[in-house]
Amino acid sequence: MTLTTTLTDLANPTRFLSLTARVLPWLTATTAILLAIGLYQSAMAPDDYQQGATVKIMFIHVPNAWLSMFVWGVMSVAAFGTLVWRHPLADVAAKAAAPIGAAFTFLALVTGSLWGRPMWGTYWEWDARLTSVLILFLMYLGLMALWRAVEDPSRAARAAAVLTLVGAINLPIIKFSVDWWNTLHQPASVFRMGGSTLDRAFLLPLLVMAVAFSLLFVTLHLAAMRNEILRRRVRSLQMMQASRQAA
Amino acid sequence: MQLSGRGVRCVRGGREVLSGLDFTVSSGEALAVTGANGSGKTSLLRTIAGHLALTGGSIDLEGGEQELTLAEQAHYLGHRDAMKPALSVLENLSFWRDFLGGEISDAGQSLKLVGIEHAALLPAAYLSAGQRRRLSIARLLTVRRPIWLLDEPTSALDSDGQTLFANVTRDHLARGGIVVAATHAPLGIEAKQLRIGDGGPLVAALNSKPSRGGAA
Amino acid sequence: MTALAALIRRDIQIALRVGGGALIGVLFFLTVVVLMPFAIGPDLALLTRLGPAILWLGALLASLLTLDRLFMADHDDGSLDLIAMSRTPLELSCAAKALAHWIAAGLPLIVATPVLGLLLNLDAGSTLAVALTLLVGTPALTFTGIIGASLAVTLHRGGLLLAVLVLPLSIPVLIFGVAASEAAISGPVSFGTPFSILAALSLVSFVVGPFAAAASLRQGLD
Repeated sequence: MTLTTTLTDLANPTRFLSLTARVLPWLTATTAILLAIGLYQSAMAPDDYQQGATVKIMFIHVPNAWLSMFVWGVMSVAAFGTLVWRHPLADVAAKAAAPIGAAFTFLALVTGSLWGRPMWGTYWEWDARLTSVLILFLMYLGLMALWRAVEDPSRAARAAAVLTLVGAINLPIIKFSVDWWNTLHQPASVFRMGGSTLDRAFLLPLLVMAVAFSLLFVTLHLAAMRNEILRRRVRSLQMMQASRQAA
Repeated sequence: MQLSGRGVRCVRGGREVLSGLDFTVSSGEALAVTGANGSGKTSLLRTIAGHLALTGGSIDLEGGEQELTLAEQAHYLGHRDAMKPALSVLENLSFWRDFLGGEISDAGQSLKLVGIEHAALLPAAYLSAGQRRRLSIARLLTVRRPIWLLDEPTSALDSDGQTLFANVTRDHLARGGIVVAATHAPLGIEAKQLRIGDGGPLVAALNSKPSRGGAA
Repeated sequence: MTALAALIRRDIQIALRVGGGALIGVLFFLTVVVLMPFAIGPDLALLTRLGPAILWLGALLASLLTLDRLFMADHDDGSLDLIAMSRTPLELSCAAKALAHWIAAGLPLIVATPVLGLLLNLDAGSTLAVALTLLVGTPALTFTGIIGASLAVTLHRGGLLLAVLVLPLSIPVLIFGVAASEAAISGPVSFGTPFSILAALSLVSFVVGPFAAAASLRQGLD
């Protein structure tokens, strides 16, 4: 890889780096403020007559569950970018999003488990919703493993893009199958995680938290993309260093 | 020290690749094993190294350390470079220094001698084919063993690399070492020749000194 | 650094740096354990009773399926030739590689067991029992598994053939591992009996495994 081709490849990312460097501080501040507002509103919301105060875990669980699926959607768009449009930053976006999506999914699992504990008596129940999220978590982890398994980032990107799109197609199928499996063996559980109807008092904090977590994703994602670009630069420099003749 | 083979026969992949070879190499001597592709050059080296079993004849080492086998007193430089891409260049070399056993010298110094010390801390995956060959040569310098079994040692080396190889090998021979090298190309050192194939083995007594700097 | 320590250190370094690292085995363990309820059904009480068995099966598959590359990687890049020419006996080198593999791939499985026990609603005591039997039993799986891994070099193929060859050898470990776990959790059988047999199996494998693997590798070096 000559010096000129290396620089050409990094030209677009350079603009990206300078743009995000300016935008990120504002994004971070806005996210922090929104999260604070959302958490305050959640704390102030009334207790549920049936579940007591534990219903407030919903304000963290539900946005995280939404985001876990939304991030896979973002990765799918990035996958299109890699395979079809060949956008230079698409694979960076995809790789950076995977661990963040996995983290949101993990949070959804943990908060879901804690939410259900008082009702179930156990930390885990194999109910349809939670199990689907668990499978999604496994898929995220598998994707992250695939990124690490191939040393060359652009080859890894194509493999990961295919897997992401296959996963996107399969997610509804998996969801349907798990729902079916669950009703096959058990009567529908009394405790529904979605809640029967959302009281207006719950709706506002939930929306604020949803927006706050989405902004959190954007902030983290941009920061992660910056890191990935820098990481690739280091790798290119190391490769150039290795091919240099000894002094 | 003298390494000798009498009537060496061996079978590989179901066919007899060596049928009754004789050779002798003493301290300070190099043996160049030549022949067409598939004639059995690699098989001879691997038989001496103990990886391939003899089906007839014998290979003996006189004058070496009594408690050690022949393989434990030999270096083998094969087609592949025994290098882990995930480890750094220095980590690769340090591992062999610690693991092989024998008289050892400084790994960093060896890297400097072969000209890749600027890549010492980089992942070995970033080395070119010629640099990997140099790393293998560094291994030969870091752990001192009297016998060198080399399979196409100058392949992938540029002309500087071939000069380096010739110098390093001459040093080894001057210290009383033995070199057995399978090769297509001129090695750049004085060597006895053992030709395999072409209607029977032929040990030429002439000291062939091939022209230096030929293309690998 | 001594020769064997250098080999163990190198293998662990590679295991941690390449691909998914040690965590790919844990991910596989997690996947297998998650698969079971889809076959068995979401009845948590049943899953809890089967808990030790599910965990043991998952750990067995996870440790065996990561083993087949153990010697193949060294064979492919020519390292195996040099390892056979070192002044360390090949049997000890095999044992060292097995130990490194157990540390890098087996121990994480044991660390992951409490989390998986949570999914199966095992209480703390039961999870501890299973983890303890895994701690004592997985070395047996690894040291027996290297026999298959070394055969892979001779046969120039891996995958399912090796699993078929090595799995029967792992059956005693599975039997006594699950028996010991259940004895600790509920059974009338005392924990000590199956547990000491499990430990004995491991100790025997420490000797048989490396010797068989070294003998097999020597065949595969040509």
